[in-house]
Amino acid sequence: MTEAKRNQEINQRLANLFESNVHLLEDGAGGVLNDARKPAIEAFRKQGIPDFKTENYKYTNLAKIFANENHRRVFAYEESNVNLHELFQCDVPELDTNLVMLTNGWYYSGNEQLTELPEGVVVTSLRKAAVEYPELVEKYYGKMADPEKDPLTALNTAFAQDGVFIYVPRSVVVEKPIQIIDLMRGGENTYATQRNLVIAEENSQVKVIFCDHTLDPQDYMVNNLTEAHVGENAVVDFYNLQNQHNKAVNLTGLYIRQERNSNVLTNTLSLHGGIVRNNLNVLIDGEHAEANLYGLALTDKSQHVDNFTFVEHAHPDCQSNQLFKNVLDDQSTGGFTGRIHVGRGAHGTLAYQRNNNVLLTGTAKMNTKPQLVIDNDDVKCSHGATVGRIDEEALFYLKSRGIAEREARLMLMYAFAHEVLQEVRVEKLGERIDELVNKRLRGEVSKCHSCVMDCES
Amino acid sequence: MLIVKDLHAKVEGKEILKGINLEVNPGEVHAIMGPNGSGKSTLANVLAGHENYEVTGGEVTFFGKDLLDMDADVRSKEGLFLSFQYPVEIPGVSMVNFLKTALNEHRKYQGKDELKAGDFLKLMKEKKALVEIDSHLTNRSVNEGFSGGEKKKNEIFQMAMLEPKLAILDETDSGLDIDALRIVAHGVNALKRPDNATIVVTHYQRLLDYIVPDFVHVLYNGRIVKSAGKELALELEEKGYDWIKKEVGA
Repeated sequence: MTEAKRNQEINQRLANLFESNVHLLEDGAGGVLNDARKPAIEAFRKQGIPDFKTENYKYTNLAKIFANENHRRVFAYEESNVNLHELFQCDVPELDTNLVMLTNGWYYSGNEQLTELPEGVVVTSLRKAAVEYPELVEKYYGKMADPEKDPLTALNTAFAQDGVFIYVPRSVVVEKPIQIIDLMRGGENTYATQRNLVIAEENSQVKVIFCDHTLDPQDYMVNNLTEAHVGENAVVDFYNLQNQHNKAVNLTGLYIRQERNSNVLTNTLSLHGGIVRNNLNVLIDGEHAEANLYGLALTDKSQHVDNFTFVEHAHPDCQSNQLFKNVLDDQSTGGFTGRIHVGRGAHGTLAYQRNNNVLLTGTAKMNTKPQLVIDNDDVKCSHGATVGRIDEEALFYLKSRGIAEREARLMLMYAFAHEVLQEVRVEKLGERIDELVNKRLRGEVSKCHSCVMDCES
Repeated sequence: MLIVKDLHAKVEGKEILKGINLEVNPGEVHAIMGPNGSGKSTLANVLAGHENYEVTGGEVTFFGKDLLDMDADVRSKEGLFLSFQYPVEIPGVSMVNFLKTALNEHRKYQGKDELKAGDFLKLMKEKKALVEIDSHLTNRSVNEGFSGGEKKKNEIFQMAMLEPKLAILDETDSGLDIDALRIVAHGVNALKRPDNATIVVTHYQRLLDYIVPDFVHVLYNGRIVKSAGKELALELEEKGYDWIKKEVGA
């Protein structure tokens, strides 16, 4: 079959899937989500499934992935036969979070009311929020993630039914991080669409931790998209711990719009996953705002992790920092595309980007591509990308002190990763991730069924 | 303890060592001197087990065992120590973690239990005093941002922690001011015992004023061409290396 024909078939199949299930999709989802569906599937039809010829997806051929999937879709909430909180218990008392669970992208019905949230803060199901707070959802839903500009965003918007909704009102500080654990479950191969909306109003502060997990060995696919509005002077952190298994496909989008004086940090940690694609989009839409994007991917076997970032500097005197690192073992592959656009009016911009990669074998492969478009003279921008091997002189130094090769290599890999790990502004989470990465590098978590909360099991 | 017989070695296809013979016994201090490019550092690295150096002939025994057959980490655990001429910076690996790992690997090899955290810190404090190394340096990553002198002190500090049977100091004096040189030499001398030995590799005689050798060997063009007592070092300092070259050439 030719590639064009294959792509056409995928497009047709997904469009049919939409048409024949639109009544299920619309059922109980609320007008805001439903109104966006048809334009979104149209937008998908126009763009089609991206393959290696699609510039933004050249390192992750989605057509190849979608051609081979025949996964079960979850068009209605499926009640869990076990208590997820019991199935997935937290054994780290030091990491105290406001915890909610999702299963296959749906807000778990057994989530208890979070009693320690400050007044006015809402953490709930997105479909529920669309009905209960239609003005809020309408004001922000689909405003940051444009289906016309990205086919995965189009697909997500067309099929979105649930996810998490977080609202932090003006000047409220949520001290305890909000943690969202999504568990992919089911006895057969399953595809899930998850859609989240985070609204942090002016002068508010919140830290959000997304943990992506699987409990069963089946093939899973997730199209997970988060839109976040960060108001003036707000401080918001997003951590994403991707810890599924090697047969999982994780397609994640994070769209953030920042207003003036706001400060955002994202840290994407890809520990386990078959094919991971992260689209990170930040629009700096006000003066003196700061965006920090970090990412670490540890891959082995035939895993693939591709990070795509796009930071748009639209206003003067803002700063963005990007640091992404990959450690690639066996025949695993990785991609990084870092796009920065400094607009005509964005004078005084500071935009830095770095992508460092270590290949542990001759068969691992990394593609890295900085893309800076600068339409202003008064800026400081830098980018750097390296693909290298373990420093042999450092290795010899460690060995010459009695440290065996394997341990010495681990120390160096860990040291390499640590630069990203230290950029975690939740102390206990940082320690926990440190430990998890250490274990991951040692190969002690070969197929992880547990998250940062529960990795002793 | 160390017996080197007719050692030949190559770097990047070029033969650098062309038949080294050397015997070091417990309690001895040997100085290896020689002009630049004579093979001094190569000898030090070959003995420590650097993989870029290919041994093409000869044999080396260390306490009767075949040294060349051991990995670099095993050589260390058997009691060999190399103080590097250019210690490498290792960002992200903390001094404390590095030393603790190294020390415990040594203890494991000797069949001893790992050191308790408190005992380790006590030991570190004691050895730090020996080389007058600043406390803040040991809170950093290995050698990262250390000055040249601090790096050399750090080498001797590690030597003090690991208590090797044979220490090879590769141009430990290069780039050191006289005060730092005295401190480093004092550290080395304080670690001297009847059952250990030191090989001092140096271009100049100055360090040998402080670490007094029992034997001085001159390495030239991949061979030890002259061996004598400490007076040879003074002669070299006075006359330079040219007369050796002539003597050998003649």
